[in-house]
Amino acid sequence: MWIAVATITGLALIAGLLLSYAKQRFPAKSDDIVDSVNDLLPQTQCAQCGYPGCRPYAVAIVDGAANINLCPPGGEDTVRRLADLLGREPMPLEDTTRSDMSTTVAVIDESRCIGCMHCRSACPVDAIIGTHQLMHTVIASECTGCELCLPPCPVDCITLEVIR
Amino acid sequence: MSAAATYDLGKLHGGLRLPSEKEVSTTEKILHAPIPDQLVLPLTQHVGNPSQPIIGIGERVLKGQLIANTDGSLGAPIHAPSSGKIVAIEPWPVSRRNGETAPCIIIECDGNDQAIETAEIIVDYTKLDPDSLLHKIMQGGIVGLGGAVFPTAQKLMQAITAPLEHLILNGIECEPYISCDDMLMREYAADVIQGAQILMHALSLSQCHVAVESDKPEALIALGEALAQIDEPRIVLKQVPSIYPSGGEDQLVQLVTNKEVPSGGLPTDVGCVVQNVGTAAAINRWVCHGEPLISRVTTITGHGVAKPVNVLARIGTTIADIVTLAGGYTEHARQLIIGGPMTGRSVSTDRVPLVKASNCVLVLADEITQGNERPCIRCGECAEVCPIQLLPQQLYWFACADNEAKLRKFGLIDCIECGCCDLVCPSHIPLTADFRMAKGRMRELADEKARAERAKQRFETRNLRIRQEQEQRDKELANQKETARLFATSKIKAIVDRARKKSTDDQDEEQ
Repeated sequence: MWIAVATITGLALIAGLLLSYAKQRFPAKSDDIVDSVNDLLPQTQCAQCGYPGCRPYAVAIVDGAANINLCPPGGEDTVRRLADLLGREPMPLEDTTRSDMSTTVAVIDESRCIGCMHCRSACPVDAIIGTHQLMHTVIASECTGCELCLPPCPVDCITLEVIR
Repeated sequence: MSAAATYDLGKLHGGLRLPSEKEVSTTEKILHAPIPDQLVLPLTQHVGNPSQPIIGIGERVLKGQLIANTDGSLGAPIHAPSSGKIVAIEPWPVSRRNGETAPCIIIECDGNDQAIETAEIIVDYTKLDPDSLLHKIMQGGIVGLGGAVFPTAQKLMQAITAPLEHLILNGIECEPYISCDDMLMREYAADVIQGAQILMHALSLSQCHVAVESDKPEALIALGEALAQIDEPRIVLKQVPSIYPSGGEDQLVQLVTNKEVPSGGLPTDVGCVVQNVGTAAAINRWVCHGEPLISRVTTITGHGVAKPVNVLARIGTTIADIVTLAGGYTEHARQLIIGGPMTGRSVSTDRVPLVKASNCVLVLADEITQGNERPCIRCGECAEVCPIQLLPQQLYWFACADNEAKLRKFGLIDCIECGCCDLVCPSHIPLTADFRMAKGRMRELADEKARAERAKQRFETRNLRIRQEQEQRDKELANQKETARLFATSKIKAIVDRARKKSTDDQDEEQ
């Protein structure tokens, strides 16, 4: 009987040592999970979730600091996919009043632009070009319609237009 | 002629034997259409990006003159089909997938049909190397005339990068009613054969199959005679059973070579290049006669026109003008379709122009009615006729459920939209239309994904840049502080002393 006990204990010890070594040698990359969460987000970088972009929000979700229902552009679909991925319960969108922005782009009324650069530094995807004292314009193909350039504009010359 | 071998049917899955309905339009010779008063030329008559107009409104153009060129990407140039004045470049009703109207160049013809100097255009192609010959073909605005309108030169350029074995000329018109290629082969067989020779030279191939359906004996005879006259043993004439859709590119490759084009692949993956006979004739007209693609043979038929016939008309002639040539509408005319009954598109007005893609103008007496749609009963008829061996009933469920992953897995992108499943469905489900919509949605999703990916990368690049700038600033600040600290004690004191001394010296001097 003692032989059996010793064998099992020995085996358990070896397995335990192996596992703890493996855990140290090959640490789980939380980056992988963040990446797959980030891939499900719509990448508008609109910061409506309260985090400065999609990736920071993905990090917060993985850390458990944020709920999965904070992304209005992603909508219910994204909530459902995130719930599937993370094994959490789907929940209704936190704030459904804010717009779905996937169909809009920002357009600068160039005749009114004063070249203050405020919108350029607000754009999360570098989709606005221009320099001091010269008019700015939006690269429509790269604009995500996040609306972040609207509040900083001192002359309110930026509007959102529906494209698709 | 007797040498023309027939391929057996066993090589092609599914397909349907459809009533041909071609006899009515093949009794008369090809009618040469007069030059209309007005020509309407859409800027997009090909796969790829719209051509850019290079002429201004009010300018006079000559027949064969380049009026719109490509922007260097996928596309084909457009030439003036006759001489006249550019009166407008504006939206005009067209027959195509997206939208009812498209930007068109409108030419008011002067009726003189004065051609541009062709002297430097005509060259001896046998003296050109394949690359320059392909470049030459590109300038002719030639696109696949079988209906896909893929720019021919670009198709050939893609093809020569692959190891090739076969050039196949597609003389199969398996869709009911359409007979333009049949008539073209009967009357312009020599052009087709010469086009094949040019294509062989361009692709450095030494063999060409010309595939013609067995129910086109006149075309076979004409091609055989043309071959006999020039004694060209490299070109082989082959008969193909008439079954729909044996004229599809991939289906024809399978019939001729017994090799299946892989899913998502091209015929070049199995060493084949397929060109329509009309395209071959157009290449010959351009390379040997200096005439770009400015006219085409089109079938005008159906019970809704008085005298079904094939016409050789200038690109840009409106459908209304062409219908007049066929004796006008009969009292039964109900529905106007550009293309065949299976793959064509219904249009609401006959103001639309004839474009490079228009192989048929079909005026039907009764609208094609699907009958009332009923639920799928899982009979499996659709799977039996599908030439791609897809499972339309499964795809239908997934399309209804918008299940993109499954649609991809079950090969929706390989669907050629031939319409066989529609025709046999006892529940009258418009499967092809559903698949077309599902494909559109899949494309949209893919676009969306690509956009998101780009936004993500731009966001990350920007963050990286901001971080680097911040680090740079921090470093500079630290450097400045360090310098200040080092100098603070001795050296700054020395400097201050020197400055004081200098100022007292100055004061002394002043005094």
